[in-house]
Amino acid sequence: MANLNTMKIAEARDALRKGDVTSVELTEACLSAIEGASALNAFVHHTPDIARTQAAAADARIASGDAPAMCGIPLGIKDLFCTKGVPSQAASKILEGFKPEYESTVSSKLFDSGAVMLGKLNMDEFAMGSSNETSVYGDVVNPWQATGSNTPLTPGGSSGGSAAAVAARLCLGATGTDTGGSIRQPAAFTGITGIKPTYGRCSRWGVVAFASSLDQAGPMTQDVRDAAIMLEAMCGYDAKDSTSADLAVPNFEAALTGDIRGKVIGIPKEYRMDGMPGEIETLWEQGREMLREAGAEIRDISLPHTKYALPAYYVIAPAEASSNLARYDGVRFGHRAAMAAGDGITEMYEKTRAEGFGPEVQRRVMIGTYVLSAGFYDAYYNRARRVRTLIKKDFEDVFAEGIDAILTPATPSAAFELGKSFDDPVQMYLNDVFTVTVNLAGLPGISVPTGLDSAGLPLGLQLIGRPWEEGALLNTAFALEQAAGFAEYPAKWY
Amino acid sequence: MSIDSTTAAKVAKLARIKVEQDQLPALADEFSAILGFIEQLNEVDVEGVEPMVSVTPMRLPRREDVVTDGGQAASVLKNAPDAREGFFAVPKVVE
Repeated sequence: MANLNTMKIAEARDALRKGDVTSVELTEACLSAIEGASALNAFVHHTPDIARTQAAAADARIASGDAPAMCGIPLGIKDLFCTKGVPSQAASKILEGFKPEYESTVSSKLFDSGAVMLGKLNMDEFAMGSSNETSVYGDVVNPWQATGSNTPLTPGGSSGGSAAAVAARLCLGATGTDTGGSIRQPAAFTGITGIKPTYGRCSRWGVVAFASSLDQAGPMTQDVRDAAIMLEAMCGYDAKDSTSADLAVPNFEAALTGDIRGKVIGIPKEYRMDGMPGEIETLWEQGREMLREAGAEIRDISLPHTKYALPAYYVIAPAEASSNLARYDGVRFGHRAAMAAGDGITEMYEKTRAEGFGPEVQRRVMIGTYVLSAGFYDAYYNRARRVRTLIKKDFEDVFAEGIDAILTPATPSAAFELGKSFDDPVQMYLNDVFTVTVNLAGLPGISVPTGLDSAGLPLGLQLIGRPWEEGALLNTAFALEQAAGFAEYPAKWY
Repeated sequence: MSIDSTTAAKVAKLARIKVEQDQLPALADEFSAILGFIEQLNEVDVEGVEPMVSVTPMRLPRREDVVTDGGQAASVLKNAPDAREGFFAVPKVVE
């Protein structure tokens, strides 16, 4: 069979169970594809030996009749997940050489279910960025190019390596993490599906922390069915994460009936931004029509505090980051700066952190330090947390009025050029304008590719669901996916 | 709010990040842009609104106050830039 690496997870699972293909064959196909795609810079630590060992074990397990859905499926793992004995450095110089002595809960669940790790995936440093340009490993290049152009485009961020790897079919699925849109924005930029589950669904244990009250892991896959299968394997209660939800994990794939008759889909008027490209507006309109034709009721709604989500996020996330990243001090792990004669411990900290953190991480740590400092804590941090309460209430109100899911654009534009200059850091932050509300409210959100723009680049729509109702959300996404019929993938130029 | 170089230097010091003197004005400008953006929050009426503590209404779980882990000094020290005789080594901190 040719091009095994292009299989979807569901297809591969069925073929593995039937004995039509082996995990070793799938894994070799992916390893070859990865070798041929180094120009994308998606995989930054290669683990072929681990992959081959896991694949052989998966084949034995499948042969013995014990085969969970993810058994034998080759995956890429975002560099933010600690993987035992394998470099895990959150794309930062400050974690250079760090090889965890433990395995994150999410990767450990995936490996327990028989999944295969091909390697670690590039990302923005500490997941801070929307273009994968803040990585110590260099930019990830989007496998998509505009029609008639060879200008390198961003895959989005922070899970840019995960998005590019799945879009280029280097792996069947990838783990991502999402603090303000880091799964959904890159998924939209690369024509794939990405879901951020409800806060508390996936354990954060062993995932390098950025902003603990917002961080959630999730799968990035070719389609909604694959997202359902992989999400189920990643979820579940974990006593090692104090915010992990002690709830049973449903069979998400079983929820995919495609029947959304009678469901009420909200269209929030505040997501109609000034200066939004006409193509995004059209895409959104088409999405509304698709869901209406599938039998859903479309209702205009208001989420009045939407405008304040990004500014609240840029207080809360840096505040938590400044606290979380205080641990990188050059003492326990990672990089330590060379010391000059007479340097004491303070100089060691200051030089280590100046050398180890890139400019965007430094900026956010310092903003966080500022908003938490004496005299500003109430004015900035507490005010942002109050606004966060109001943003969450906006969603609670519409759900109480009978809204089942909310449809919005996933991003304000298609993938933009790598190296594009912005007037100030805030311009880059606007990438997350449609996704960040979901993190602040702790809700599940999914990005589904639904069309191409006039330049031939993928665009996605976002669906936001009720807390803990990922199954219903995935089903609505499945109906949207079926109606959109998006089946494009990028031509290989690399 | 506009941030000056003195404030930027103070924040850098609090964050334990060395910033060269000539970089401070640019850093202060970036802070000002970001804080200017954040100041939109002042438009919101937050009177009587509780600051969010947990996005999911839940009480953090508690457990018995007992030792559940330990005896892994070698693993703990394995990634240290400088570890000696079972300890993390750092520059002298007391005279």
